[in-house]
Amino acid sequence: MWRYIAQRILVSIPVVIMVGIITFTLVYVGPGDPAAIIAGDEATPEILEAIREDLGFNRPFPVQMGDWFWKLLQGDLGTSYFSKREITELITPRLQPTLSLGFQVVVLSTLIGISTGMLAAWKAGSRLDRNLMILAVLGFATPGFWLAFLTIWLFAVNLGWFPVIGYKPIQDGLIPHLHSMFLPVMVNSILASAFISRITRSAMLEVLREDYIRTARAKGASEFSVFIRHAFRPSAIPVATVIGASIAGLATGFVLTETIFAIPGLGRMLVDAIVRRDYPIIQALLMVVAIVLIGVNLIVDILYAYIDPRIRY
Amino acid sequence: MTVTSDLGNEWQLTPPLSTRLRGMFGATVKAAKRDIVLGVSISLLLLGLFLAVFGPTLARTDYERTDPVNRMLPPSAEHWFGTDNWGRDVFDRTIVGTRLSFLVGFSVTLISTVIGVAIALVISYFRILDAIMMRFVDGFLAFPTILLALALISLIGPSIGNVIIALSITATAGKIRLVRGAVLSLRESTYVEAARAVGVPVPRILMLHVLPNIVSIIIVQATFTLASAILAEASLSFLGAGVPEYVPSWGNIIATGQGYIQVGFHISFFPGLFLTVTVLAVVLIGDSIRDHLDPKLRGRLKTTTH
Repeated sequence: MWRYIAQRILVSIPVVIMVGIITFTLVYVGPGDPAAIIAGDEATPEILEAIREDLGFNRPFPVQMGDWFWKLLQGDLGTSYFSKREITELITPRLQPTLSLGFQVVVLSTLIGISTGMLAAWKAGSRLDRNLMILAVLGFATPGFWLAFLTIWLFAVNLGWFPVIGYKPIQDGLIPHLHSMFLPVMVNSILASAFISRITRSAMLEVLREDYIRTARAKGASEFSVFIRHAFRPSAIPVATVIGASIAGLATGFVLTETIFAIPGLGRMLVDAIVRRDYPIIQALLMVVAIVLIGVNLIVDILYAYIDPRIRY
Repeated sequence: MTVTSDLGNEWQLTPPLSTRLRGMFGATVKAAKRDIVLGVSISLLLLGLFLAVFGPTLARTDYERTDPVNRMLPPSAEHWFGTDNWGRDVFDRTIVGTRLSFLVGFSVTLISTVIGVAIALVISYFRILDAIMMRFVDGFLAFPTILLALALISLIGPSIGNVIIALSITATAGKIRLVRGAVLSLRESTYVEAARAVGVPVPRILMLHVLPNIVSIIIVQATFTLASAILAEASLSFLGAGVPEYVPSWGNIIATGQGYIQVGFHISFFPGLFLTVTVLAVVLIGDSIRDHLDPKLRGRLKTTTH
């Protein structure tokens, strides 16, 4: 097992390097002179030259990229053009809202997705199954930002159950925090679970056709035990893949929902940085998100080996 | 089409194009009659295409003209979807917005499919090229689509062309990985081996033996690219990083209504409904094509769309 894990980690390293090369190159070849952005509108050519010299913008491309990578390894994400502060310092207060949202959505969407998917597989062909799958297709097609708009209109503006906007951190108490996060969590969970539900259903149906399921039924195992003990574990691999993939989808969803619900998280930070053309922040956030997703894929890969020991060899 | 086979015999491979097109049309109509969901989806997509082409002609008012006296009006007989914060007719702006959604969706699908398939076919036969290209693809696929597109557009500026470029880049990477996988597994098949054994040159193997066998995968994937690209364009515009704000696009109109949620629910509701129905129709058509073309593909492929 350890050998397998080490192997998976080694395989992800080139991807991380590639992600770094893409991120750095994008901003490097993009328009806009960083020195001009830092110096402001009234800079003389001498000042610009001094800034370039000072921050090393006039060095060759590979040297600058190497330098950027070296700082990255030491946990230095650079300095914001706009606020002139360290990006790591700016990111820290933004972590809690996004991580809280992410944790709640992953737990909730997995629970909803797997249970409805299993239910649909159990009652395959029934009206319940058809209705659940119609909902699942709707969930795929509905744009998250529009669903967010509809829920705000219904539950916040008209019914008044939740504040229209207004994020409360955990320090204000768990209940107010969860209350303020309820709508964004629901919107993202419903959309993410649609996908998980569909895959769970088809994976379960595939496994239920296997010979050993017939054997289990023949020896008199109850239908519940056939489902949970015999059929669920083998169908967990595609489901784990989809949960991993849906986390990538969540990164997109969070950019939109954090903007709509005014949650001061990383997604909102990215949109603000894009509006201000604060390239170091865009660079840093792209890098952070990509590394997190590579990490998620790594965990999914390791989970595979745990679910199905044959994969290790 | 007559083709000289790789063993030197003449073969009548397929009936002429006109017959084939008529056959395809007939088969589609037949399938749509049997399957009501497919029939409705195709009709809705055709309606969307019609609006995309004739939307600006059908608009009853000048969709750019502001009319401050009649701002924020709820839906009525005169303004079916109401008016927005500048008094512009939301119905007119929504049907004009159809053109942009379809333009971006189809352009991204076409560009990413053609380039993606071409690159995948070429690299699958050159080991070194494959190793280099796949590292790039892995790198690009490590980013969530919208985030990468947002970053690209922040660099090259918001315009319709740049939205198409940004979304095509991210979609192409996914295509390359999918098609390359299919090509690699086909390469091991007996008939490709046989073609190689009789000395068929590589380009001919790719065009005549490999490509026809991955067409179904490419078509099904194209429908998902179309759905994702339409959604992505709306999301980018909604965030203010897509097409410029004055262009009537569904994402832009929804963003306008978002600012007036207390009194202007209708502004965001209708374009959002158009967007959802369009994406739903495309997804359902894709599902149906997949089931018809290759029952073995059921339930797979989907993981690459997110």
